[in-house]
Amino acid sequence: MGYTITEKILLAHTDRKSISPGDLIDCKVDLCLGNDITAPIAISEFEKAGVGKVFDNKKIALVPDHFSPAKDVKSAEQLKVLRDFAKKHKIKYYYEIGCMGIEHALLPEEGLTMPGDLIIGADSHTCTYGAVGAFSTGVGSTDLAAAYVRGRVWFKVPESIKFVYSGKLNKWVGGKDLILYTIGDIGVDGALYRSMEFTGDAIGRLPMDDRFAMCNMAIEAGGKNGIVAPDETTVKYVRETSKRSGKKWKLYKSDKDAVYSQVREYDVSKLEPMVSLPPLPSNAKPVSQVKDVKIDQSVIGSCTNGRITDLRIAAKVLKGRKVHKDVRCIIFPATQAIYLRAMKEGLIETFVKSGCAVSTPTCGPCLGGHMGILAAGERAIATTNRNFVGRMGHLKSEVYLSNPAVAAASAVKGKIAHPEEVI
Amino acid sequence: MILKGKAWKFGDDINTDEIIPAKYLVTVDAKELGASCMDGITPGFSKKAAAGDIIVAGKNFGCGSSREHAPIAVKGCGISCVIAESFARIFFRNSINIGLPIFECAEAANAIKEGDEVEVDASKGLIRNLTREQVYKAKPMPEFMQELIAAGGLMKWVVNKK
Repeated sequence: MGYTITEKILLAHTDRKSISPGDLIDCKVDLCLGNDITAPIAISEFEKAGVGKVFDNKKIALVPDHFSPAKDVKSAEQLKVLRDFAKKHKIKYYYEIGCMGIEHALLPEEGLTMPGDLIIGADSHTCTYGAVGAFSTGVGSTDLAAAYVRGRVWFKVPESIKFVYSGKLNKWVGGKDLILYTIGDIGVDGALYRSMEFTGDAIGRLPMDDRFAMCNMAIEAGGKNGIVAPDETTVKYVRETSKRSGKKWKLYKSDKDAVYSQVREYDVSKLEPMVSLPPLPSNAKPVSQVKDVKIDQSVIGSCTNGRITDLRIAAKVLKGRKVHKDVRCIIFPATQAIYLRAMKEGLIETFVKSGCAVSTPTCGPCLGGHMGILAAGERAIATTNRNFVGRMGHLKSEVYLSNPAVAAASAVKGKIAHPEEVI
Repeated sequence: MILKGKAWKFGDDINTDEIIPAKYLVTVDAKELGASCMDGITPGFSKKAAAGDIIVAGKNFGCGSSREHAPIAVKGCGISCVIAESFARIFFRNSINIGLPIFECAEAANAIKEGDEVEVDASKGLIRNLTREQVYKAKPMPEFMQELIAAGGLMKWVVNKK
């Protein structure tokens, strides 16, 4: 009986000869990530354990991206905890403000997430790196602290669900729409404890940035990880990024006789841009069915959709147009490199001329942190990943999720709109 | 270990933003986090809940973010355990890792009503509804996880092993 790509990567990180779904296994980790919200607990647990040194200071990444640049005194204290720990243990991959980006855009760009790697992060969206063919998943702070000590982590081997996407995508439709559609189909616990493997000719044609957006939201269906088997697009990408890190990679793919708990096939040739209505990512509807929904704010950014491809799409819609007078449009390039590239390509100029605010990289309003919090009764469209009650601010505010083209078009129209209504 | 308290009922897909909204994530103090427990869905919950009380919820409890602040807040507010039809996976790990007892039991999640007096025999996974005189059996914990709980959480287990 064959293995799935997820099973193969997990097996390669154990001391065992075989594994099967349901087994509890102890795995070596290639990289463990923490941020300014989750790492302070891990650091305190680690120091309390009194073991002295971390297992490997070149396999730990600390990214202060959530409440950073510090939004208040308390978050400044948390950021300082990271900074001090990074200095004390000579953590190689600590990113200070100015070099910092949103963790899940930054680490792949830095070449730290390679195909075949096993990566954990104390952040639920760590599943993003499945886009390069790595096994990566979110864990808690205590898991992270334990990994600082042992360099290992326990897992239950997940069952896998195979998703097969076929057909040529319509204009303005991308990875974000595929994943919102999928979560709409299976629900927010549709892949609970399981691996989501994204396959099919439509995935083969997707650029890396769209694959990142898809794997990023596997957690919104309860998934343990999202993964795309590496292909030419992946190899071209990691050939570039590995120049920064010098890291090697290993390509895995699922066996023909691999076992899946479920196979779901989608013809996506007629798919429209999707919008997820509050309060769950699974409330996904084609944008044409979301009528007369006025918005107060449009947020374009986050670990889901703050990459260069996303900004190019937003700029294409916004170029030569103005943000509606009743809307605040805030744009968050996800990393400094993306910011710089957007500047060189003239995208930032387009945004500013259209009346958008452009921020330094930060998770910001996505989790109701700062830089665009909503008041009671306000509504936002956002390229982020969660639309839970009160996620972006007041309990009586609302978040609608979409791709960058829809978020940009909605900013111009003042209500949720298809890009074709603007262009 | 016997856990006993009044049941507080919640629905399906209770997410970590509801358990502890992000604005409170500027501390790691259990008492401080506990004071804001469930503030994203029932503001003022921590004032109403008494020490030992039990949260009973539907499926996918604790979905969303990986914030360990969520089970810490639940524990910090004095809740003795959580019974749910199912748990989101990171919340599940986090609870075991920090020593918050959790029980997967669809029957209990459906039958227990708000305000019922509930008693749980944690080692046997037996849930007794004292108000309705019913007994439910929770899904047994795998041996390895029992080992983690017996050690007093993941860090203690790790240090013992070293």
